[in-house]
Amino acid sequence: MNYIDSNLKVVGTRPLRPDGVDKVTGRAMYSADTRVAGMLWGKILRSPHAHARIVKIDTSKAEALKGVYAVCSAADFPDIPSEEAFVGEGPMNFRDLAMNVMARGKALYEGHAIAAVAASTPAIADEALALIDVTYEILPHVIDVEAAMAETAPLLHADMFTQGVDPKPTKPSNIAKVVKFKKGDIDAGFKDAEVIVEGRYTTQPVHQAYIEPHACLATCAADGQVTIHASSQGHFMIRAYTAKLLGMEMANIRVNPAEIGGGFGGKTLIYIEPVAVKLAQKSGKPVKIQMTREDVFRGTGPTSGAVVEVKLGAKKDGTIVAAQQVLKFQAGAFAGSPIGPGCMCGFALYDIENIDVLGYDVVSNRPKVAAYRAPGAPITSFGVESCLDDLALKLGIDPLTLRVKNAAKNGTKTHYGPTHANIGFEQVLAVAAAHPHWNAPLPAGQGRGIACGFWFNIGGESTATVHINEDGSVTVATGSPDIGGSRASMGMMVAEVLGVPAERVRATIADTASIGFTHLTGGSRVTFATGMAATQAAEKVVDELKKRAAMIWEITPDAVEWRDGQAFPAGTNAGAFEPLDLATLALKAARTGGPVNAEVSVNAQGAGAGFGAHICDVSVDKETGHVTIERYTAIQDVGKAIHPSYVEGQIQGGAAQGIGWALSEEYIYNDKGQMENPGFLDYRCPVASDVPMIEAVLVEVPNPRHPFGVRGVGEVPIVPPMAAIANAIRGATNLRMPNLPISPPRLRAAIDQAG
Amino acid sequence: MPKVVLSSGSSMQALTGGQTEFEVEATTFRRLVLELEQRFPGLGKQVEEGMAVAIDGEIFQDAYGAVLHPDSEIVLIPKIGGG
Repeated sequence: MNYIDSNLKVVGTRPLRPDGVDKVTGRAMYSADTRVAGMLWGKILRSPHAHARIVKIDTSKAEALKGVYAVCSAADFPDIPSEEAFVGEGPMNFRDLAMNVMARGKALYEGHAIAAVAASTPAIADEALALIDVTYEILPHVIDVEAAMAETAPLLHADMFTQGVDPKPTKPSNIAKVVKFKKGDIDAGFKDAEVIVEGRYTTQPVHQAYIEPHACLATCAADGQVTIHASSQGHFMIRAYTAKLLGMEMANIRVNPAEIGGGFGGKTLIYIEPVAVKLAQKSGKPVKIQMTREDVFRGTGPTSGAVVEVKLGAKKDGTIVAAQQVLKFQAGAFAGSPIGPGCMCGFALYDIENIDVLGYDVVSNRPKVAAYRAPGAPITSFGVESCLDDLALKLGIDPLTLRVKNAAKNGTKTHYGPTHANIGFEQVLAVAAAHPHWNAPLPAGQGRGIACGFWFNIGGESTATVHINEDGSVTVATGSPDIGGSRASMGMMVAEVLGVPAERVRATIADTASIGFTHLTGGSRVTFATGMAATQAAEKVVDELKKRAAMIWEITPDAVEWRDGQAFPAGTNAGAFEPLDLATLALKAARTGGPVNAEVSVNAQGAGAGFGAHICDVSVDKETGHVTIERYTAIQDVGKAIHPSYVEGQIQGGAAQGIGWALSEEYIYNDKGQMENPGFLDYRCPVASDVPMIEAVLVEVPNPRHPFGVRGVGEVPIVPPMAAIANAIRGATNLRMPNLPISPPRLRAAIDQAG
Repeated sequence: MPKVVLSSGSSMQALTGGQTEFEVEATTFRRLVLELEQRFPGLGKQVEEGMAVAIDGEIFQDAYGAVLHPDSEIVLIPKIGGG
C-alpha cells in the first residue's frame, strides 16, 4: 500500500525519542558496560612497526604468568584461503579480513594485531602482553598513496597483481585495482570547450571517530554455543564474519546487539570478536575485549586519503561539455578502498555529455580503511565541487547558477550507467537559491561557499516482526541496529499503519537467533528497507485484525475496514456493530485464532538517490590562519522525513563531521610510519565551540518506491562540507586551498606565501 | 532482446574479449546471469557476486526476479554499499 498522498497522523511528527533520556543520563547499556561473573579481560598486542616480517612469537613467559588463562596468535586461527565476497559494506576478501584481525607472517601497519591474552584483571593482561617476545625483521614501509604506486615502492603483498588492466600484469604491485568509467568522447568534449579549468586536490584519511570504542564480550558454552555481546552496525555481520574466520557454523553463534555509540561506517567490520571467542574457547571462561582510543586509531579503519585530479571544460554560457577525473585512493594495508563509488559519485550530480574517470585502489602501510558515511563520495566531491567553483569564477557566473544550469534531472544518464529517476536535485537547488542565507548580504571580510553532494542510498535485506501484545500495545522488532533513530521511525511507521499513537508502539532490536537475517545498518538503508518490512508486517497484522473482527461479527473480512486503530463495519450493509479496538481484539485473540503478529522479510529495491546543497560562510583570522564557520545551511532532498528531528540531526551530524574533515582532522605519521596523534587531544575533531548552529532544510520529494516516500538521508550530508568550506575560504582570502585539512598552519603559510 | 552494457572496469571486458555491448535472450535477471556465464565463462559469476545491475535506469542488487523487457538496457555496475 502507498501512503504518500495520505493524511498522515504519526509520520512527519516529532515524538520524544525513546532512547534519548537513557543516553544522556548514562543508563543506556553499551557493549563496554556488559559484564558477567568470572569473565576475563582480553588484550591485544599490536605491532610497533609499520612493515615487518614476523620471524617468531614466543608466548611462553606470558602463558606462565599467574592470572593468565589463554594466549593466542595467528597460529590459533584457521589459515583461510582467499575468497572474494560482497558482504557488509563492500567487497571483502575473507583472507584479508582474517589477516587484519590477526597478523599472519607480516605486520602491515603500526597497530596491526600480533597476539592476544586473556587474564583475570586488565593489569595482568597488560603485564602478559609485555612478556610476549616477538622477533621482527623490519621492512621498508610506505605511507603516501602516490609513493606506494611507484614501481620502486616497498611491496606489501607479493601476490597482489593489479586487477582491471589488460593484459594482466606479471609483476605484483601495490595498486590493487584500476577502475574506469567513460561516457561520450572526452577528447571531443575538451576540444569543444571554450574554458578549461583543472586542479589537483588531496584529502587525508579521517577516522569515523565514534564516541564508543569497539568492545565485546564472548561466552562459550560447554556444547560449543558461542554468545557475543557487541555493539556494531550489524550483529548478523558479526556472526557471519566470526563464523567464517573461526570455521564455525552460524547457528553456533548468537550475537546480541548492544546500544551503539556511533558507527558512521566504521563498525561495519570486525576486529576483536573472533579474538575474544578464541580466547573464551581456550580458557573456558567469558572474555571481554575493550579497545582504548589509541587502539581505535592505530588498529581500525579510517576512510581513505586520496589524490583527486579534476579537469572541467565548458562553453562560455556555463554548459559543461567535458569532465575528467583521476582518483588515487589509499586502501590501507589491504585492498578495498571505496574507489568504485568514488569514481561514480563526483559527476553524478551533473548532466555532462563527455566524462572520463580513472581510479586506483592502492595499498600502503596504514590500517585497512573502513566505510565512512557515503564512502568515497566526499573525497571525489571535494575535488569536483572545488573545481566547479573555480570554473564559475573563470566564467564570471554565480556558482549556484552554474550548478543549476548543469544539474542532473530525471532522465539524465549517468557516466556509470543508470539513468536518474525520481530525484530532487533541481528542487534542492531551487530551495538553496531562494534561501535567506544565500541571499543575505555577506559581512565584510567573510567568504561564502556552496557545494553539492550525491549518494546512491541502498535497500537490501531486512526483517521485521510486529506483535500485538495481550493488552493491545504493540511491539515491532527488527534486525537493524539503531544508529540514527531507526527505533523511532520503525515505531512511527507501524503506528501509522495500525492507526494508533506512536507511544503505543515499542520498537526493539532482536538478536541473531530471534529474527530473520537483516543486512547491516549502513548505506542509509534502514528507514527505507527495514521500514518497508515493518510497514508490510503492520499491514499483515491489520489484515489479520480485520479477520478477527469479522469472526466476532460473523461477517466476511472484506466487510471490515480498519481506521484509527479500530475495526469498523464497512458500510451499513455490513451490519451495525460497535467498533472493536486493538485492546478488545487482543483480549479475544485466543478465541479468534491465537496471538496476532506478523513477520516480513524483504530484499528492498528502489532506494531513491539523495542530493544536498550546503551553504557556508566563514571568516579567516589572517594572523593565525584559523577559520571560523559563521553560518551554515544544509539543504537536502530527504524523500519523506518520518521523524523530522532525527533527519535534521543526521544532516547536522554529517555537516559537523565534514567541518572536521575540512579544517582539522588528519593522521600524522613519523618517519618510521608510526601514528603520532592517536588520541582526541591531538587528532582534532570539531567540538561544540567549533560548530555553529547548522540549519537543516528538508526538501521532500517522495520516493515512489517506498510506501511513505522515504529515501536515505544519513550519508549525503557529509559529502558537500569540505568543498563548501574551501570555496568559502577562497571567497574570504582569494586563495584556493586544495589540500585538506585547511588547518591554521597550512592556511597561515598560504596567506604568507601570497603576501 | 535486452541489451547488456559493461559500464565499468575492464576486468569484465577481459572476460568478454573486449566486447562492451551485446544482446542476451533473457526475461529475468536470473536468466541473464545464466546466459552471461554460458556465453562468457566467469562473467555470470562475477556479476552475481560483485555487481549490481541497472535495468532501464534503476539499480537492482541481488534481485534474481527483476524483470527484463525485450528493449531493456542492462548496465552492469559495481555493487554499492555505504557507511
